[in-house]
Amino acid sequence: MTTTTQQATPAARAPRARRGLAAAPFLAPGMLFLIVFMAIPVGLLAFYTFFKRGRFGGLVFEFTLDNWAKLAEPLYVGVILQSIGLALAVTLLALLIGYPMAYAIAGLSPKWRTVALVAVVLPFWTNFLIRTYAWILLLNNAGFVNQWLQAVGLTDEPISMLYTPQAIVVGLLYMYLPLMVLPLYASLQQLDPSLREAATNLGASPWRAFRTVTLPLSLPGALTGCIFVFVPAMSNFVIPELIGGGKTIMVGNLVRDQFFEARDWPFGATLALVLTLLLVVVIVIQAAVSRRLTEGPRRG
Amino acid sequence: MPTMRRISIAAAGTAAFALALTSCAGGDGGDGSDIDRTADISEQTLTVSIWADYYPEDLAEQFEAATGVKTTIVNHTTNEDVVAKLTASSDPGIDVAFVSGQYAQALAEQGLLQELDKELVPNESNLYPEALELDYDPGNVYSEPYAWGTTGLCYRPDLTGYDPTSWNDLLNPKPELEGKTTMLSTDRWLSMPALKAEGHSLNTTDDAELDEAKAQLLETKPTLLAYDDTTFYSKLVSGEAALVEAWDGWCNYGIAENPDITFVVPEEGADLWVDTMTVLKGSENKEAAMAFINYILDPEVQTWVAENILYKVPNQVAMEALDPSLIEAYPTLGITVDELFEQEVIVDLGEDSLKYVDLNAEVLATN
Repeated sequence: MTTTTQQATPAARAPRARRGLAAAPFLAPGMLFLIVFMAIPVGLLAFYTFFKRGRFGGLVFEFTLDNWAKLAEPLYVGVILQSIGLALAVTLLALLIGYPMAYAIAGLSPKWRTVALVAVVLPFWTNFLIRTYAWILLLNNAGFVNQWLQAVGLTDEPISMLYTPQAIVVGLLYMYLPLMVLPLYASLQQLDPSLREAATNLGASPWRAFRTVTLPLSLPGALTGCIFVFVPAMSNFVIPELIGGGKTIMVGNLVRDQFFEARDWPFGATLALVLTLLLVVVIVIQAAVSRRLTEGPRRG
Repeated sequence: MPTMRRISIAAAGTAAFALALTSCAGGDGGDGSDIDRTADISEQTLTVSIWADYYPEDLAEQFEAATGVKTTIVNHTTNEDVVAKLTASSDPGIDVAFVSGQYAQALAEQGLLQELDKELVPNESNLYPEALELDYDPGNVYSEPYAWGTTGLCYRPDLTGYDPTSWNDLLNPKPELEGKTTMLSTDRWLSMPALKAEGHSLNTTDDAELDEAKAQLLETKPTLLAYDDTTFYSKLVSGEAALVEAWDGWCNYGIAENPDITFVVPEEGADLWVDTMTVLKGSENKEAAMAFINYILDPEVQTWVAENILYKVPNQVAMEALDPSLIEAYPTLGITVDELFEQEVIVDLGEDSLKYVDLNAEVLATN
């Protein structure tokens, strides 16, 4: 792509520049909104990281690098690594469960497809705290699931399903699975069926057709889904607290606690900024990989 | 503190961001004007910040009807929440702030609170004499108490099989109770059981004592069902937990649903916490603000608080007017003032309070 632009004649470049200008009025409102409500807060966050904490929150305007040094303490490194681990586990599981789901939905008749998609999105219509509390009611030792298991005789003692790191993974998976299914569905549904038919006509087994045609073409959707799941899973703090029982904490909890418990805004800002930067890096990688995937075949 | 985390955690998260953005300059506010006892308060307007679900729903209307002061009530989620607003902005637009005693002390030390003109708060005479001698503000110079209580063990005897008497019943539970206990994780209440069990002051700033408490808490952590500041009583009701660290008033919410639940202050002692009412120095409606505090100290209003919020109030007249059947149903309401004063008042520790912040962070983040 880049090579073609470079080779473009001056005559061809001029209208493109004019087109860029013409886009300005369309871009401006959105860009302005993002700059005001995104760039400024993030800038403030970065600014905060270099100052000392006030006794009651806020800042003392005295330059320091302590907040950054504190990040390197094993305690915080541990929490960050643990968050990455949990979020990765959630993302992988979401991909494993979400891919077949999206594949199946894409293959449904239009009518049933709508039904299935509505079902996937339906949970978002209820407040997420309420859904989380519902999980607690279902899964606790005296909850419905355990009552049912005991009534049916599958178990004598209630099975502990809450307040463990595994419970956090399950809770996050439940919360974000739809965000994996939807982009995957979108990419699978756009696939031209004739490509697969061509593969089959040329003698590919269904598995081979899937592996060499469908799977590679759906990878960008899968990557988008992974980002959609990984990013919020990484920064969630309600699930670790409610479903994890506060015993395993994630970066999100650390950030929240710095502002609400510790009154250490500068360190909270540092953690928040690091979290943001981490996620930006992940997104940049995703974008790069995704571009390679879609453009690669054309180049080759 | 008791009601401080009832609001959705998610909402709190957004608030933190909003706060972070609006803060910068610290203000000492206040014009230092004297109190005008003859001011016509009906020309003033009042903004009161208080914990949600901690006051009569129609309080603003009641006060407005009684005095003509146009009143707005706003809610805060935590002490930190409101204190951040009060310290971060030169004009937070709040006249009366409800904060816990140790925070009133800290705010007063910062020069943010108005000395109360006792002429305007005659209802102070309804308080227990002890309620005028609290360590965080002796003589109630800057604050009047709204509700008070202690922290202890809230439990289900049918599940524990015995009556716990010590913090060690929670910190080093019997094997059969492992995975059936919860502890508070917020502020000073995380460390309090360990400090008390080891015979230390809950206001200690001694590093060795704090380390000892931390070691105990880390040992306790794997035995806990969860850390829980908001739903511990419902875990008792559901039977998930058998024994939890609880604020006395919140234990009552469990008792309301299951009368088997009961409460004990461990023999090593606990805290005496007080939620107070303060007037901001920067307020331009100080006379109305004090009239409001006086109105709250009216026995009728405080009886309502005790009967409906199920917290003890420091108002002797109100407590003596309580329906005895209520005390029978909720034993924590029957804790006497003498018993309460055997507990230790939480005071602000200035810069040393950061030691507790670090202790909490380390205990909660360690696996």
